[in-house]
Amino acid sequence: MPDGGIGAPTKRREDTRFLTGRGKYTDDITPQNTSYCAFARSQVANGKINSIDTSQATKMPGVLAAFTGEDFVEVGSNPAGWLINSRDGEPMKEPKRPVLAHGKVRHVGDAYAAVVAETLEQAMDAVEAIEADIDELDAVVDMASAVADPGTLVHDEIETNICFDWGWIEDNRAATDEAIKNAPHVTTLELVNNRLVPNALEPRASIGEYDPGTGDYKLTTTSQNPHLSRLLVSAFVLGIPENKLTVLAPDVGGGFGSKIYHYGEEALVLAAAKKLGRPVKWTATRTESFLSDAHGRDHVTKIELACEKDGSFIAFRTETLANVGAYLSNFSTATPTFLHGTLMAGNYTVPNVYVNVKAVFTNTAPVDAYRGAGRPEATFSLERVIDKCARELGIDPVEIRRKNFIKKDQYPFATAAGLEYDSGDYDALMDGLEKVADFAGFEARRAASAKEGKLRGLGINSYVEACGIAPSNLVGILGARVGLYDAATVRVNPTGNISVMVGAHSHGQGHETAFPQIVADMLGVDAQTVDIVHGDTSKIPFGMGTYGSRSLAVCGSAVFRATEKVIRKATLIAAHMLEDSPENIEFSDGVFAIKGTNKTVGFGDVALKAYIPHDYPIDAIEPGLEETAFYDPANFTYPSGAYASEVEVDPETGKVTVCSMVALDDFGVVVNPMIVTGQVEGGLAQGIGQALLENGVYDENGQLLSGSFMDYAMPRADDLPSFVVDHSNETRCTHNPIGSKGCGEAGAIGSPPTIVNAVVDALARGGHDVDHIDMPVSPSRVWAAMNP
Amino acid sequence: MPKITMNINGRDMSAEVENRTLLATMLREKLHLKGTHVGCDTSQCGACVVHVNGKAVKSCTIFASELDGATVDTIEGQANTDGSLNVIQQAFQDHHGLQCGFCTPGMVMSAAALLKDNPKPSEAEVREYLEGNICRCTGYQGIVNAIMAASGQDVPSVAAE
Repeated sequence: MPDGGIGAPTKRREDTRFLTGRGKYTDDITPQNTSYCAFARSQVANGKINSIDTSQATKMPGVLAAFTGEDFVEVGSNPAGWLINSRDGEPMKEPKRPVLAHGKVRHVGDAYAAVVAETLEQAMDAVEAIEADIDELDAVVDMASAVADPGTLVHDEIETNICFDWGWIEDNRAATDEAIKNAPHVTTLELVNNRLVPNALEPRASIGEYDPGTGDYKLTTTSQNPHLSRLLVSAFVLGIPENKLTVLAPDVGGGFGSKIYHYGEEALVLAAAKKLGRPVKWTATRTESFLSDAHGRDHVTKIELACEKDGSFIAFRTETLANVGAYLSNFSTATPTFLHGTLMAGNYTVPNVYVNVKAVFTNTAPVDAYRGAGRPEATFSLERVIDKCARELGIDPVEIRRKNFIKKDQYPFATAAGLEYDSGDYDALMDGLEKVADFAGFEARRAASAKEGKLRGLGINSYVEACGIAPSNLVGILGARVGLYDAATVRVNPTGNISVMVGAHSHGQGHETAFPQIVADMLGVDAQTVDIVHGDTSKIPFGMGTYGSRSLAVCGSAVFRATEKVIRKATLIAAHMLEDSPENIEFSDGVFAIKGTNKTVGFGDVALKAYIPHDYPIDAIEPGLEETAFYDPANFTYPSGAYASEVEVDPETGKVTVCSMVALDDFGVVVNPMIVTGQVEGGLAQGIGQALLENGVYDENGQLLSGSFMDYAMPRADDLPSFVVDHSNETRCTHNPIGSKGCGEAGAIGSPPTIVNAVVDALARGGHDVDHIDMPVSPSRVWAAMNP
Repeated sequence: MPKITMNINGRDMSAEVENRTLLATMLREKLHLKGTHVGCDTSQCGACVVHVNGKAVKSCTIFASELDGATVDTIEGQANTDGSLNVIQQAFQDHHGLQCGFCTPGMVMSAAALLKDNPKPSEAEVREYLEGNICRCTGYQGIVNAIMAASGQDVPSVAAE
């Protein structure tokens, strides 16, 4: 194998342009004759639109057009991608989600009008001149009251604020209830999984273009999955045929889920470009991002753990209210259900699990998948209640987990929450954690902290998640309205260099470096001769995009399969060139050879022959060397990990300082360990941010109080410790060809319960009987818990 | 509109700007220097950091019209004269100090300002100095390592040579 194959910590090739200011993000692109779009957004959380008068705005200097919801009554609705049925079999309530609000505005930031002008400044000035007559109504903000007292409705036509009332697995409900009723010990915990604002550093932006000569549309946009955007715009919203719409996603500055979805602004710039015959560009301000990007988490949960007196788990049961906001964002119904309930068995052999989730409409921004998406919520609930249970029973938190772990000889393991885990070794991870995190030295460190007047605590966590979604037939049964395969084309060019078209789309994950490592490894060529093409629906066969830690496991597997096809065809050509039968040809390190001989031909010569097929059995082998594969996984992948953190609590102020954060993960086969380490570190920062700092807070009127970086506490460099990250405990994924499981979300899943467990441990060691503190574990909350 | 001239990355460059035009807007929209990014509207994120007369400045927080005659350095002028990455840029690549790349120009410009004032900062000093630069991708570990390495201090290597 040449340098730079699978397993090499290859430096990223994309870094050169990013480090020299030559990255090309959507807002960096300004087509000739571009006009600029600005939106008028609701100042109230719930309001009846009486009239919107744009007549003054359209007279302003430079203004080209103004749009309101009236202009889009004939077009389609932006749909939810996943149909969830309630426990009684009724399908979920699915309100319309228009391009611009019509009739009512339903959250602060809901766009009800737009202006296009020659300059951005003119467009923004003109938005100020729009006269909107909107009657403010009572807002639905608190989920419990939205369910209990539906006097105020987010959607008048639905007659309730409950989107669905879902049970998983409904057939297990009675048995779980019975098991809990009869259990020797039951631990109950009520907790909040706080609302988060994704805050990718690049704000959303979109450019619509229309060519009246051909009727072709082009949308350049900040997307994690351009093909899904094309599908939604084409088939659901604007009805533009897919062959007349190209969606481009150039460099994308982070996403974390928030750029999976199709947003109304994308449809608006396309419609405006058609009307004006000019490119129309919109770039969100950070304020618009806070108000209109899909948020994450926002669950309120009661979890019960039933067990024997020795800590053997008997049952987990949860009741959750999940906020979906004012409209159903594309994945919003899958996140609190199949990405959450199915993981509620955790790493454990527990025989009974029942999960109930009520999804609730509120007059807040839509809530959807954010880094981890459902799995952080499941892990947090489980790993907090397990720690509480261990404390109640006087069992060490490591031991209670080990007692219930699925053992490495039990795979494949069918969990009580309906999944079949294919591989893992949770004891090995915990063994490693005890050493790497130096549990033995904790007492000395605690004593040292105590001398400084600080309370030190140690928190641990085990997690397992489901990634690499998915087997299309399974997700179809579960309500998905799309397939969830991915696709790749491997094009060997005549002189032997290679272009790989992939359906995944990097927004920081280093695909341009990692995907070529797979192809180079298999073909025995230098990775520098392999380039990927992504983010352009006109060049790529198809793709379901990058989210849910799926790019390598699913799209990487498609690359693997397409490369295998290339090798198969190249072997036929090599056999012809070597004048032997294909069965006698073997391929390794870039060379085809007749087995047992020194008769060889190199991969590059075979490629050239494919394109210059003189002296070629054209009736048996087509010219060219290009293959496409669509890969649909046989199962989810199941990354797992064991995390530990030590914190210091200042009893005078309640301030928590994270002293250490150790993450041991099993991601299966790692293609680029440098990139994987970076993915974990970024996830840890977001998880620690959730645990200690970040909170999306609406007041009772539905105003977003934490609506800027002044108010929403993003983790900064000096909020975080140096991380210890180890992904050497590999158990292969058994069903995809690379053996990889996915790494993008692990850090954000494993770290929040670790931190909260550590804080509660510190307080307990300081003599404070505190069961739980809700995130973010702020100084005021800690101080209040210590001083009841 | 007043015409403003600045020496940017060693070249005199001019543009007509409104009084309300920010330096970041002038760089990006008038002079097509798109390497300077805008990630917020409250001067918090630091993606827009450039050097004005040798000092790190958030270019979204200063009017272009106030800077006639100023010397401005941006990310586009940081590479070595032969086009290769400078010491700080190279350290960012070697230590995986960037993922999506959006905060990176501001990070590199802040790092350069830090190392000019404090050529051998401690890890704590690096972390404190970066308080005004937000990165959502890296967890700052690679960035801190890169800046330490660029200052000639030993840092474990994560990338292949």
